[in-house]
Amino acid sequence: MSQSALLRRLLRYVKPYSLLLAMALVFALLQVAMTLSAPVIIGQAVDAIVAAGQVDFIRVTQTLTALAAVVILAALFQLLMTCCTNVCCYRTIRDLRMQCFAQFHALPLATLDKTQQGDFMNTLVNDIDVISDGLLQGFTQLFTGVITIVGTLGFMLSIHPGITLAVVLITPLSFGVASFIASRSSRLFKQQARIKGELSGFAEERVNGQSLVAAYNQQAVSEAAFDEINQRLNQVGTQVQFISSLTNPCTRFVNNLAYAAVGIIGALTALGGGMSVGQLTSFLSYASQYTKPFNEISGVVTELQASLSSCERVFHLLDQPQESDQADQGSGKQGRGELRLEHVSFRYQANEPLIEDFNLTVKPGQKIAIVGPTGCGKTTLINLLMRFYEIGGGVIRLDGVDTRTLSRHELRAHFGMVLQDSWIFRGTIRENIAYGRPDASLADVEKAARQAHLDYFIHQLPQGYDTLLDETVSLSQGQKQLLCIARVLLCDPQILILDEATSSIDTRTELLVQSAFDQMMQGRTSFIVAHRLSTIEQADRILVMNHGQILEQGSHHELLKQGSFYSQLYNSQFAGE
Amino acid sequence: MKTIVSYFRYFKKELVFGPLFKLAEAIFELLVPLVMARIIDVGIAQKDLAYILRQGGVIVGFALVGIACSLTCQYFAARCSQGMGTELRRAVYHQINLFSAQQVSQFSSSSLITRLTNDVNQVQQAVAMLIRLAIRAPFLVLGSLTMAMVIDRTMALIFLAAIVVIALVLSVLMTCSSHFFRAVQRQLDRISQITQENLEGQRVIRAFSRQRLETHRFDEAAQASYQASMRVGWISGLFNPATQIVINLGIVALLYCGSFQVNGGALSQGNLVALVNYMTQMFLALVVLANLFVIFTKAAASAGRIEAVLKTEPAIIGGITELSKDKDAVLEMDKVSFGYSEGESAIEQISFTIQPRQTVGLIGGTGCGKSTIVQLLPRLIDPTAGEIRLGGVPLREFSLADLRRQIRIVPQKAVLFSGTIRENLRWGNQDADDAALWQALTLAQARDFVEAMPQRLDTLLVQGGKNCSGGQRQRLCIARALVGRPSLLVLDDSTSALDYQTDARLRQSLKKIEGSPAVLIVSQRIASIRHADFILVMDQGRLVGQGTHEELLDTCAVYQEIVRSQTREDQR
Repeated sequence: MSQSALLRRLLRYVKPYSLLLAMALVFALLQVAMTLSAPVIIGQAVDAIVAAGQVDFIRVTQTLTALAAVVILAALFQLLMTCCTNVCCYRTIRDLRMQCFAQFHALPLATLDKTQQGDFMNTLVNDIDVISDGLLQGFTQLFTGVITIVGTLGFMLSIHPGITLAVVLITPLSFGVASFIASRSSRLFKQQARIKGELSGFAEERVNGQSLVAAYNQQAVSEAAFDEINQRLNQVGTQVQFISSLTNPCTRFVNNLAYAAVGIIGALTALGGGMSVGQLTSFLSYASQYTKPFNEISGVVTELQASLSSCERVFHLLDQPQESDQADQGSGKQGRGELRLEHVSFRYQANEPLIEDFNLTVKPGQKIAIVGPTGCGKTTLINLLMRFYEIGGGVIRLDGVDTRTLSRHELRAHFGMVLQDSWIFRGTIRENIAYGRPDASLADVEKAARQAHLDYFIHQLPQGYDTLLDETVSLSQGQKQLLCIARVLLCDPQILILDEATSSIDTRTELLVQSAFDQMMQGRTSFIVAHRLSTIEQADRILVMNHGQILEQGSHHELLKQGSFYSQLYNSQFAGE
Repeated sequence: MKTIVSYFRYFKKELVFGPLFKLAEAIFELLVPLVMARIIDVGIAQKDLAYILRQGGVIVGFALVGIACSLTCQYFAARCSQGMGTELRRAVYHQINLFSAQQVSQFSSSSLITRLTNDVNQVQQAVAMLIRLAIRAPFLVLGSLTMAMVIDRTMALIFLAAIVVIALVLSVLMTCSSHFFRAVQRQLDRISQITQENLEGQRVIRAFSRQRLETHRFDEAAQASYQASMRVGWISGLFNPATQIVINLGIVALLYCGSFQVNGGALSQGNLVALVNYMTQMFLALVVLANLFVIFTKAAASAGRIEAVLKTEPAIIGGITELSKDKDAVLEMDKVSFGYSEGESAIEQISFTIQPRQTVGLIGGTGCGKSTIVQLLPRLIDPTAGEIRLGGVPLREFSLADLRRQIRIVPQKAVLFSGTIRENLRWGNQDADDAALWQALTLAQARDFVEAMPQRLDTLLVQGGKNCSGGQRQRLCIARALVGRPSLLVLDDSTSALDYQTDARLRQSLKKIEGSPAVLIVSQRIASIRHADFILVMDQGRLVGQGTHEELLDTCAVYQEIVRSQTREDQR
């Protein structure tokens, strides 16, 4: 998208608040007018105070009253302008954030899995902040800056066109200096950012691996490497800091030149009677403030450009196609939990077939274990069952119904899922357990916790079920897993999916979790994915998968008797030497 | 000498001359209104053309000298601040390397990284400002006040009043806004936190169809963040108008009182104009001062965090005894206890002995204290009670480098560093030649896949070694340890990603090494340790069993339980 297209699109988000924006601009105009008229009034006051015995007190009182009024009005308009801008800007930002977040949940997982999580976080938090600072605040600053310059020129022209010309002629100098500095420093800034990245990358690696660095006596070597980067950063950093700190002195210098020019020409004109001392005073104060908006504008323009690239990332997120149905109401779950996969095919990449012509029938209440080496398609199968991903061909039937005719909500209500990484959010234990059924009674929650062997632990906590799970409460991996089990138990699903659910738990807690699982699986259709074969020996049927296909299936003993792929896998884990 | 201030000693020249030049610039800046007053009072009043031109020339001259001084100061400021930053980073990184593993985790490594990067940047910024503005701004304020006094004592009272009122307004607004700013930050953290949770739980949220609830939760946070921003917006929106009003009303007062002074002949018209100019100048300097105050408050917090690192004494200091090359030293743990915090112990009263060339297994559930024992051996941490001896000599008497060369650990997490495979392997021994590296790779069962890589030893590993599989990384880590030919090799659950055959081959090849090292295998897998010379069984920080597999099967309940959970039915 071009820059102007991005701007136009952003303005569409501001549209609901366009009245506020218009008010902000009006207030800005008024404020600048008031601020700029102050020096003129001060000049008039000075002209009424000439010398001993030559003071026109009536005029002094009049002009000073006017000055006080103007000054107070200017401050008031500035305050009003800021408020209008703030409301307009912060509301736009809030809307944008909410939309982005809603979009996150509307995107298919296929899209999300391809995006770096850090990227999404960055867009939602930082990019939107940058847009707030750069684009919206910058917009009013730009406007104020431009009308200040135009206004100043107008006032100066009205006092004396000749001297104004002198000031205008000096202006390009200021621009030239500023743009020279900007072009030099932007190259160096990029270089500095690169070295900074290198340094923090190094630090991250070596500080996280500090004990390894120590254990292998690599401190001196590491410090030498660190120092090499550090020195380069010092060199570039010094240059960057010096060059970027030139802007202020240089524009101040141009300002001083303008001041001198106005002083000399003004005094000469006053000599010829062409202007009064008061007018000279007003002129001097205009001249000393004239270049300030130029500085601000060039700053705003750089920030604007930075925020446009943030804008682009935000719009890119919003433009991704959403998942087809997002209905999240649906009927309750009836049926028996029978699943049939007929000729199912799926591929992540168009030219890399993964699952082809996959057939499977699971009767209600059956326990199905899926085993196979990494990348064999176990997790993919689950993605398809839950409709996290859409199948490429064939059909999946739940109790005879094509799952694509159900809303995702309806379909998923039949499933309960426990994954390897147990997900706990910041909330009370009760809220965490009741996540799938927020309206569940405390008695139900307690029952689920009891079934998951979690009850005893929760009672030990000072606040029991109302304990807030945040950084201060540390649950062990096993306890987290038990909590996730309780969460699923409370929903009472017909079909269970346990994906590597015990692999990060040590063997002793595993016994506890295992017994909770066994209890949960009674009477439910279950799919179990695991590395540890001991957890799946009890399954009704074991599917041995490789390369997206079922190689063998049968019970544990049947498969061991066949003595093929499964027995190899099994022996590699448990056999003695 | 460990305070931040002490690092200024390298930059005395910059520290003196930088502010000095800035001061010179400020003086010239202060003189300009005075010269202009002379132009008005003398030049215009006496219609002296030559005088006006001469004084105009003086103003241009001041501008030229001013910019020269100011550029010099900026140069010194850049050199001093960046140089300070560089020295601080070097010192902090050096200090981090002296810390024990426990000290690193007390600070947390992410916090140490922040101190090394962001906090140093903050201090750097403040040092630059210190040189550039900390002298100039107060000088301009005081200078304007002094000049006002020189011109007219009574009128200077208005200046004093303005300073007091502005200081009052600024301090009230700043106290309020810093309070509200923290609220904004809290709300933003909440937004990040919800987002993070949703990213991690995206599958669970969809499985329970709770997208709407989550969106609602987020919207609430976004709304709260909006309200917090609005409150700050009000306060910071008041800054400019409030100070403007004070200063402009000051000018009104100046002109009003001035009119009487001029009428009485105590003050000239030109000097009145000069006073107005000084008022404006003073105002600008006061605003700069307020901003400086904010920067310095932030930097002081950062400086405190950096000093906390620099002032922490390294907990582990090496001795001077050289370790004899005799590899037959016996390792003894004698009633060793360790606790990460007071009154809490990770391991208690652990005693065992490892003879040269023995293979020892160590097994137990998570959190039983296995990793603590591993860290104690190369003195990454020191015992809180008891003693560890090597060849009868307490570990703390050896030089650290020597000790760690003899006792090599292969960590649980297979960490490799960005660089070539050769560079990574040479961590074990800086002088090892390629033949030695290949030998270690062979022993570690890593030769095949390294040979299969197109660039072999020169293959570049990315950060964390992510371009290798987990099993490959573990074998490279083992090879790295073997390159140094240690006398005790500690494998901390470091074969978990290897399949059984490779694991077994590895254990066998370790025994074949000439002058083979003693090996301590820490594992959760029975298969990895059952053939060890003896096995240590740990449970909740205590040693609950010690003996061969068969002995433990008879005597140790914890061991029996572990075996039961891992052995197939027909072996029970």
